[in-house]
Amino acid sequence: MDFEFTAEQVAIRDTIRELVQDRVAPRAAEIDAKSEYPKDIETLFAENGILGIPFPEEYGGISGSSVTICMGIEEIAKACASSSLILAVQALGSYPILVAGSEEQKKRLCPPLASGEKVAAYALSEPGSGSDAAAMKTRAKRYGNEYVLSGTKQFITHGSVAGTLVVFAETEPGTDHRGISAFVLERETSPWIVSKIEHKLGIRGSPTAQIVLEEVKVPASNRLGEEGAGFKLALAVLDRSRPGIGAQALGIAEGAFDYALNYVKDRQQFGQPISSFQGIQFMLADIATQIEAARHLVYLSATKADSKAPDLTKTAAMAKLFASDMAMRATTDCVQLLGGYGYISDYPVERMMRDAKITQIYEGTNQIQRVVIARALLR
Amino acid sequence: MVQPLAAEIDRDHRFPQEAIEAATESGLMGVLIPREYGGAGLDALAFAICIEELAQACASTAVIVDVHTSVGTEPILLFGDEEQKRRWLPLLASGRLLGAFALSEPASGSDAASLKTTARRGGDGYVLNGTKVFITNIGHAGLYVVFARTGPDERAAGVSAFLVPADTPGLRVGQIFHKMGLHGSPTGELVLEDARVPAANRLGGEGEGFTIAMRALDSGRIGISGQALGIAQAAVDEARALMRERGHGQGDDFSLADMAARVESARLLAYHAAWLCGRGRRFTCEASMSKLHATDTAMQVALDTLQIAGDDGAAAGSPFERHVRDAKALQIYEGSNQVQRVVIARELLLG
Repeated sequence: MDFEFTAEQVAIRDTIRELVQDRVAPRAAEIDAKSEYPKDIETLFAENGILGIPFPEEYGGISGSSVTICMGIEEIAKACASSSLILAVQALGSYPILVAGSEEQKKRLCPPLASGEKVAAYALSEPGSGSDAAAMKTRAKRYGNEYVLSGTKQFITHGSVAGTLVVFAETEPGTDHRGISAFVLERETSPWIVSKIEHKLGIRGSPTAQIVLEEVKVPASNRLGEEGAGFKLALAVLDRSRPGIGAQALGIAEGAFDYALNYVKDRQQFGQPISSFQGIQFMLADIATQIEAARHLVYLSATKADSKAPDLTKTAAMAKLFASDMAMRATTDCVQLLGGYGYISDYPVERMMRDAKITQIYEGTNQIQRVVIARALLR
Repeated sequence: MVQPLAAEIDRDHRFPQEAIEAATESGLMGVLIPREYGGAGLDALAFAICIEELAQACASTAVIVDVHTSVGTEPILLFGDEEQKRRWLPLLASGRLLGAFALSEPASGSDAASLKTTARRGGDGYVLNGTKVFITNIGHAGLYVVFARTGPDERAAGVSAFLVPADTPGLRVGQIFHKMGLHGSPTGELVLEDARVPAANRLGGEGEGFTIAMRALDSGRIGISGQALGIAQAAVDEARALMRERGHGQGDDFSLADMAARVESARLLAYHAAWLCGRGRRFTCEASMSKLHATDTAMQVALDTLQIAGDDGAAAGSPFERHVRDAKALQIYEGSNQVQRVVIARELLLG
C-alpha cells in the first residue's frame, strides 16, 4: 500500500484547504446557528471544481478517485461538517449512476452534476425501513416506457436542495430485496415533494428531508441496471461512500483537536499553560493517536474502493465504525479541554461535538457496521 | 409539572418559571435548610434523591434547584452567623429568593484561588469590583454568594465570601451564554462595578472565603451526581421503552446491560458520599469520585442511548439528543472532571 498521495491529489487538497480557510471556516458558526443550507458554499465548490471530484474526466469531472474524495471531505469537515456533506452527498448520490449506469446514462446524467449545476441526493431509508432497508414500501409500477413511483423516503440528506435524486423502490412487491430497483429522478421532469425538514442535534446546515413521491413519472431510461438489481446496488454504493463518512468524522475530530491543542497551550491556570499538566498531556496523546489510527483506516478503505478490492465491504465498515466512534470521543474530550468555554457557542468545539454524533448513525448505524464486519469475518 | 416543560424550555431557551414555582410549593427549595429557618431539615441523601428525581424529568430545572440549594444556600447554613441565617435562610427556603454562586472568572476556572475580583473596605462595608463568569441562575437569582479578594495574599488566603443581593447598585448581568445544552438554565457573567455591601454581608472571617467555597463545592458535587443519575436513568428508561417497542438484538441488549450496571454503581457511589456527608464525616474524596463517575456515566449513557435510538433520536426535540447536550455540562462544572481527579489523587496520596 502506498502511504503517499499523488502530486495531483496534494494540489487538489491544498486548493481546498485554502478555500476552506478563507471562505468556509468564517461561515461555519453562522451556518450552524441559522440552520441554513449554505448555497454560497455550494456555488463556491461548484466554481472551483470541487463538486467534480467524484467524476472521471470523461463525464465532466476531475478525478473519480475515492481517495481524492476523502481528502476533500476531510479538509472541509475540519472547518464545517455541514459543508463537507455538499461534497460527500454529491458523491453518494452519483455513485449509483457511476456504478450501475449505462454509458448513455453516465454521459447524460453526470456532466450537470460534475459541473455543480445540480447537486445529487440518495433516497433509500423510509419511515418504517432504516437499518432493515429491504423492508421498503415505496412502489414503482411500469406503464409502457415509464415507471410511476409512490411512497415516502425519510432522512434524505439534501433531498430538498437536490436536482437529481436516486430513489430505490419496489418493482416487484411481495418479494424480498430481489424486488427492489433503482431510479434516477430529475427534479424538472420527475418532481418530488419535500414534506418535512428535520431540526437536528448537529450538521444543521445540511438539510435532512422527508420526501413524498406522489405518482411521480420516471422514464424507463432512468432505471439504473436491471429490475431487481437495486438492493445490491444500494449496498455497493454504501461500500464506496462509507470511507467518505470516515473522512468526515476524521476531519471533524482534527478540526476540534487543532483548536483544543492551541487552546491548552494558551490557557493559563496555576501560573502555567494547562498543557504543562500531565493529565491534559495524556488526553492530548490519546486523541492524537486515535486520530492517526483512524486516518490510516479511512485511507486504506478508500484505496480499496479505488482498486475494487474484494474485501472492501469489511474495510469500509471498519473505517466508518472506527473513525466515527473516534470522532465522538475526541470531540467530547476537546470540549472538556476547553472547560466552560467548550460548552458555549462562542467557541467551535461544541458544534463539532454535536456534528460528530451523526457520523455514528448515518450511512448504516455503527451497529450495522458491526453486523457487516462480523458477517465478513464469519463467512 | 416539570417533565412536560422539558422539551419546550430546551427549544425556547426559557427559564422554567412554572417548574420552579412547583418545586417551591413542594418545599424543594429548602430541603437542606433546618425547620427553624423554614426549610425541610433533610440531609444530603434526601437532597441527592430530590435532584435525581428532578433531573429525570428535566436537567435544566434540576440544576437551577441544585445550585440554589447547595452552593447558593449551604455557605450560609454552614458558615453564616445567627443573624445572617435568620435574615436569609427563610427567604431562600421559601423560594422568595433564588440563590447563586459566583466563584469562576474569565482567567480563573480550575485555578479558583487566582481570582482577581476585589473587595475593598470602604465605610462600614466593602466595595466589590470584578467580573464573574459561568454563573448559573444569572439574572434570576436574588442573592449571589460572591468570592473576592480582601487581603494582600495572592492565593487562597486572600479570598473572602460575600452575600450580594441582586438589587445591589453596581451589580449587573453581563453576557448570557448560548450553550450546547441546559437551555432552560441561564448561565452568564456577573459584573460588579463598585458594588457596595455592608460588613454584615461578609460570610465568615476575612480570608476564609476559599475554605467556604471548597466546602460548598464538596456538597455541590453530591447534587451534581444526583443530576447525572437522573439524566442517565431517564436515558436508560427511554432506551428500554424503545427497545421493547421496536425489538432488539443482542448488541442492544449488551449495551443496555452495561448502562444499567454503570448507573447502579454510580448511584451507590453518590448515595454513599451523601450518607457520609449527612453523618458529618469526611466525604471530600467520595464526593469527587461520585461526581467523576456519575457524570462520565451520564455522558456515556446519553451517547449510547442516542446510538440505540438512531436517526430519530438525533432529531431536535427528541429526549435522546437533549440528554447528550445536557450531560456534557456535568463533566465540566462544579470542578471539571480533571479537577476531580486532582482532588481524588491528592486525598489518596496525602490523606
